Amino acid sequence: MDFPILLTILLAPLVASLIIMFIPKEENILIKSIAAAGMFVALALSLYAYFAYNKDIGGLQFVFGHELPWIKDLGVTFFLAVDGISLPMLLLTNLIGFSAIFASWNVNNRPKEFFILLLMLIAGVMGTFIAHDLFIFLLFYEVVVIPIYVMVIIWGSSKRVTKEYAGMKLTMYLLIGSGFLLVGVIALFVKTTAIAGHPDMSFTGMAMAAQQLGEFDQIWLFALMLFGFGSLISMWPFHSWSPDGYAGAPTAVSMIHAGVLKKIGGYGLIKIAVYMLPLGASFFAPYMAVLGVIGVAYAAMGAMAQKDLKYVVGYSSVSHMGYVILAVACLNVIGINGAVANMFAHGVMAALFFSMIGFIYEKTHTRWIPDMGGLARQTPRLAVGFMLAALASLGLPGLVSFIPEFTIFIASFEVYGGVAVIGIAGIIITALYVLRAGANTLFGPPRPEYDHLEDIKGPEMVPLVVLGTVLVVGGCLPSLLFDMINSGVVPLHAAISDALQLGGKF
Amino acid sequence: MPTDMFILTLPFDPSALTLEILMAGLATLVLILGIVVPKGSRHGLGWVSLLGILGIMAVAVSLWGEKQELLNGMYLLDNYALFWKITFMTAAALVILGCMRFVDKMGNQAEYYSLTLFATLGMMVMASAGDFITFYLGLELMTLSFVLLVCFRKTDAKSIESGIKYLLLAGMSSAVLLYGLSIIYGLTGSITILEIGRIIAMQPLSPALVLAVVMVIAGLGFKVSAVPFHMWSPDVYEGAPTPVTAYLAVGSKAASFAIVLRLFITGLPGIWENWAFVMAILAAVTIIVGNLVAIPQTNIKRMLAYSSIAQAGYILVGLVAATEAGIKGVMFYAFLYVFATMAAFVVVAYYYNYSGSDELKDYAGLAQRSPLLAAVMLVALLSMAGIPPLAGFAGKFYLFSSIVGDYLWLVFVGLIMSMVSVYYYLRVALVMYRDDPLDATPISVSSPVAVTLVFATIATLVIGIWPGPLSEVVNGAAHSFFLH
Repeated sequence: MDFPILLTILLAPLVASLIIMFIPKEENILIKSIAAAGMFVALALSLYAYFAYNKDIGGLQFVFGHELPWIKDLGVTFFLAVDGISLPMLLLTNLIGFSAIFASWNVNNRPKEFFILLLMLIAGVMGTFIAHDLFIFLLFYEVVVIPIYVMVIIWGSSKRVTKEYAGMKLTMYLLIGSGFLLVGVIALFVKTTAIAGHPDMSFTGMAMAAQQLGEFDQIWLFALMLFGFGSLISMWPFHSWSPDGYAGAPTAVSMIHAGVLKKIGGYGLIKIAVYMLPLGASFFAPYMAVLGVIGVAYAAMGAMAQKDLKYVVGYSSVSHMGYVILAVACLNVIGINGAVANMFAHGVMAALFFSMIGFIYEKTHTRWIPDMGGLARQTPRLAVGFMLAALASLGLPGLVSFIPEFTIFIASFEVYGGVAVIGIAGIIITALYVLRAGANTLFGPPRPEYDHLEDIKGPEMVPLVVLGTVLVVGGCLPSLLFDMINSGVVPLHAAISDALQLGGKF
Repeated sequence: MPTDMFILTLPFDPSALTLEILMAGLATLVLILGIVVPKGSRHGLGWVSLLGILGIMAVAVSLWGEKQELLNGMYLLDNYALFWKITFMTAAALVILGCMRFVDKMGNQAEYYSLTLFATLGMMVMASAGDFITFYLGLELMTLSFVLLVCFRKTDAKSIESGIKYLLLAGMSSAVLLYGLSIIYGLTGSITILEIGRIIAMQPLSPALVLAVVMVIAGLGFKVSAVPFHMWSPDVYEGAPTPVTAYLAVGSKAASFAIVLRLFITGLPGIWENWAFVMAILAAVTIIVGNLVAIPQTNIKRMLAYSSIAQAGYILVGLVAATEAGIKGVMFYAFLYVFATMAAFVVVAYYYNYSGSDELKDYAGLAQRSPLLAAVMLVALLSMAGIPPLAGFAGKFYLFSSIVGDYLWLVFVGLIMSMVSVYYYLRVALVMYRDDPLDATPISVSSPVAVTLVFATIATLVIGIWPGPLSEVVNGAAHSFFLH
């Protein structure tokens, strides 16, 4: 058997958190170093996996445990594997996870618990992306909710809403969504078992049986999944947890939540809902497109009206996820490519944004835009990170998010025409609020009360360097990202278009 | 043949009763030891009971696969019954190990432990009961032992009050149950569940039978504290000494489910459509009311009482299915429910020794005073809520997949409400983890309690992450159910 690389990536943060449990809580630096070391191992290995993945062959690689029966009567195996869709997500998780450790370098209130929970959270998110079995996927999917809640209520901040409110709202939205999802999964499991004659919960096995379901079954099952995954990806009108939740959460949680956790929703939509229930997907596609476009426009308007930096980015992330939903709704190769790439791009950008806002808040004790100004003079490095994220957010060519957004516009214009134009117009609003937030925070006359501020340095530089590099490299060499994604999307699309033809559609 | 006359010939093989005989012996032994042993050293009685239970459990495991019917189906020994007996004994062992100090404080250890053992004996009889008489015998042995246990703190008015409450209401529900059973006997002329099943399948549905079934549902609904027969349980749970509450919540409920399955699925399969619908409504109402009323509770024992009402609702879901998958779901869930509930109540009992309070607000900062107690509590509560990777998730998956075909709406109710339940479970987490303690002295956890808690938590985690082995055992047990 080959070296179980995915299992090692998954276990690295867990082992680190286990070690931290046995370290006395006063050993502040040691705890942080171990957390960083665990994430470094995971990041290095996932980078290796990313470049070692054979894109010409495509399909599932680094397969682990598919012959390992886990729960026999449910047909569950501990099946870990990645393809061109999940590998970018795995890499993204590790990039952000690694940066999040350093963005939390200044957490000195109960650091032991903080880093244990943070590492568990990162491992949980990674698990969802490498699981190739629906049961194992669900296991990881829900396991992340509780550490987030505990982290928000202890280390969160109460500004516009209390952290207790924010934490509970976040948790309840996601759990109710996942409750509906779970109904769908259980029903899907029972139905596919009846079709296949034996239980099989691996994505491939289940999809083969599920694609034979009748149109009616597919439609209502897809509706449940759309609700579950839709509330996770903050699809309008299930988005309202997102700005409040991010505002209440500590920096690292905001980074991971907006950066990757949310993407589980989009990932699940593509790799589970659309893949397994193509007839349901084609039924709901127009509605999804409309909801996506409303999300883009509505949240962009919402962001315009905000004065709290975290709310601006919170609404902006809802708006960007609208593009992802619109892109998935295209149900063609270009669209899904764009969706996955945009999730990657937005993840890097949002994480950088939140880490910079976190530092600003730590230093100035405010996130209120009118109270700031001219920070670029006092803290130039921080300003670089902020502007990099801001420019990526508005899709500046040369940064990672330009090509994905462009791809989405092409695909959605081709399929939906007029509706897509509204979505594309959203980019103008985005430019408006992002540039305004940047201008009012960083530029203008410097304020004397911030003269004493220290610029970010040492460990605090890591998020900027890591995520900033990805922003630039991904923007200059988009093929690094797109070739990978394409190798995963093409077979997936082939499978669903076969099923759609059998079902008599298109 | 004069010599033959003196040979006692039993009409059955008494070896099938080994477990019950041993348990009765153990309970009596503990009672006698209590008289013999001087007051100061009665602490050891807990260990005697514990070791005895573990020994009987070993015997039970060795009997696995046995299948006997005694006295024309009066007493059934199969994997189904054995699994339940092992479940009850696990619960008893955990509650004895986890709450020794609590019991020592109350005094009268001999009576306490022997009553606990007699209650267990009653449950074991119920799990094997094949006819109404045996069933009722087991039920009353269990109930009366619990009545005494509930008012065990003789100087505490609350404890006495709940004891009286429990006695009166249990008596009433028994009367209703008996009336229902007597009507069934009148209609079929039999008290053996297997035979009744055969006779009723051939009869048309009569109004008298409907009345009887309604009464049986009401009577047993009381025992499992299904809404609307649940009113007693929060009061009794709150007033009873915490170890008794724990055992009442787990053992009494599980035993009642053991006989409910037997009675309805074996005895009344002919009219499944009729009672399944009633049960589905009952399950839905129980889940909704239990979870919603738990939200405003400020006393942790009352909150756990309502949450255990909701848990009973989930278990009822498996009864609605009335298939092998459903029975399997019930047994799987009941087994993991033992660990979660025991863990939560042992924490409550232990913390009560320290703080003298069961109010939720007094749990502030528990995570800083004792990370173990707080973590165990959190894991137990989240397992009840069905959050993976804890056992409750796998349990709910099995339960709800058994009814997804016929009762999809019930799956919605169950899963959405279990997400709602996270709301009040997390409030406990909020108090324990966010707040700073008033008194920051660390709480040292004595080793028997630590062992209980760690064992229950590891069991919850292992069953949740790797449910395969338990699921195969339960499959075997559920399979044996239909072999009579």
